[in-house]
Amino acid sequence: MFVSAQNSAPCFKDFTLVMPAVAVGNVGQLAVDLMVSTLNMSRVGYMHTDCIIPMAGNNPYATCKEDVEELHTPAEVYTAAELKLAVLQIRAPIIQTKSKKFRQLLVSWIKASGFTRTVVLSSSHAYQRDDQQLQGTPLRYVVTPSLLKGSVDALKELGWRELERVAPFPGLTDANTEPRLYIPGGGITKGLYTDSCAEDLPLAVLLLFCSEGDNIPDAFTLVNHLNDWLHLLDTPSQKPNQWKIPTSWSLLFGSGIPPALF
Amino acid sequence: MATFFGEVLSVCSRAVEEDDEDLLEENEEDEQIRRELEEKREVHLHWSPEVSDSLKSGSKLQCSDFILAVGHNAARFLSVHVLTSANWDAVGHASVWNERSRAATGQTSEECVFYRQKDNPSVLICQVTCYVAEDQLFQWTEKVFDCLQHRELNVTVLSDSTVAEYKTADYVSCSSAPFLRSLHSGAFTGQPVCQSLEQPNIVTGLSAAVLNHCEVHRIAAVVYQCYSDVIGLDSVTMETYKPALTKLGKSIQLDPSPSTDVLRKFVRNTNIQSNLYI
Repeated sequence: MFVSAQNSAPCFKDFTLVMPAVAVGNVGQLAVDLMVSTLNMSRVGYMHTDCIIPMAGNNPYATCKEDVEELHTPAEVYTAAELKLAVLQIRAPIIQTKSKKFRQLLVSWIKASGFTRTVVLSSSHAYQRDDQQLQGTPLRYVVTPSLLKGSVDALKELGWRELERVAPFPGLTDANTEPRLYIPGGGITKGLYTDSCAEDLPLAVLLLFCSEGDNIPDAFTLVNHLNDWLHLLDTPSQKPNQWKIPTSWSLLFGSGIPPALF
Repeated sequence: MATFFGEVLSVCSRAVEEDDEDLLEENEEDEQIRRELEEKREVHLHWSPEVSDSLKSGSKLQCSDFILAVGHNAARFLSVHVLTSANWDAVGHASVWNERSRAATGQTSEECVFYRQKDNPSVLICQVTCYVAEDQLFQWTEKVFDCLQHRELNVTVLSDSTVAEYKTADYVSCSSAPFLRSLHSGAFTGQPVCQSLEQPNIVTGLSAAVLNHCEVHRIAAVVYQCYSDVIGLDSVTMETYKPALTKLGKSIQLDPSPSTDVLRKFVRNTNIQSNLYI
């Protein structure tokens, strides 16, 4: 599944992997775009798989004329070696009948590559929040037991809210039913989390409650939230925005308006 | 999502709903139906006996140029300007069944055909006019490229698209369509005959699947996407592809001005469904 873009395979040992889930508002993917664009990450390989719908385009992070005509595929891996950070960007929906296969491929790749931890950036339908969740921060996290061991203090210090578990049958007061994890609109997030627990992988999910629309502000919220933990950018949060918007974000709502309309 | 006028529209969400766990506990009958459907959706390549023989021993087809036409205008362009000469043999076809296929089984063989040049068998052409579903794109590409040897292979894809899908800051007026835009893999060293596809436009479908494959396997490939404002067959749109093939002049004999008889044979008039809104 992973094909190196260089002549030798890159080494991911001791790296942190950040990846998005294709979820409501595409917030995780937008956040990852900001990371690759700002940190000037370089592409080290492709995820070549039949699980993702094919698409192709020129360099979405082009900054000058020279690097514009570089082909990019729907799933690619970028690294920033000095930060020991690797990022998997997914640009197309995962084929529904292949989502389980995709999760399995991901889990095996993560295990084989030796990442110290994986962070999944995701989102969930804002309209599914219960009364309690309507108040306060829209950000939540979930971690696998394997990652919890090493990060309990860090998470406590950050003051993050863990995603609440829900009753499997709301309204029924049957005490036998265990509350379960529920991430509506999160794509493969829940499945990936469950698989990682089963495989004892250190994985954290950072998600945001949001709705479809202009999700650029949501992307900034999520990436700043991640930055509070991983310290990817040195600037403190009070300073104005330091994240660079890539050129591929232009015309998100369509072409220019025909003058004949007026 | 609420619109400007206050009505609430159900938006087709870009998100995929999480897997319903109950789906995993299918009974045997459901399993079997699912498996049968998957088998039916498999892409199958049918080659002529000559080609099958050369592929049987595990070797691949010698191929220096592979030209793929995706869409009716691209396919008809090749039919009119290239394939009319007696120099081409039909050597195979692909059968692709999905929810948009027409019921009659006999018709699928016309929708994805492979041709090889008689006096230069290393040039292969493929015309695809059928709909290849999202879950079949990767499979089609892998199966076709598995038959071709990759060394020094050059791939050219002609692909139809509509100008409605083209995003630009300045409004594209009707007079500028149809026009070409190109995308090429990292291994492509030539000079495309038109402008490169600007951000934030992307290519999807079979052309994207082929480009992805070529990029990952370091095969030289270029896609020429034609943006047209006409839905259906149109001779002006077809002519737009000419510059893309003149580049291949050495390998392919291009008939620059086909006779009107030939044109008439291939360009059907679009049926007028209703005169009410001309």
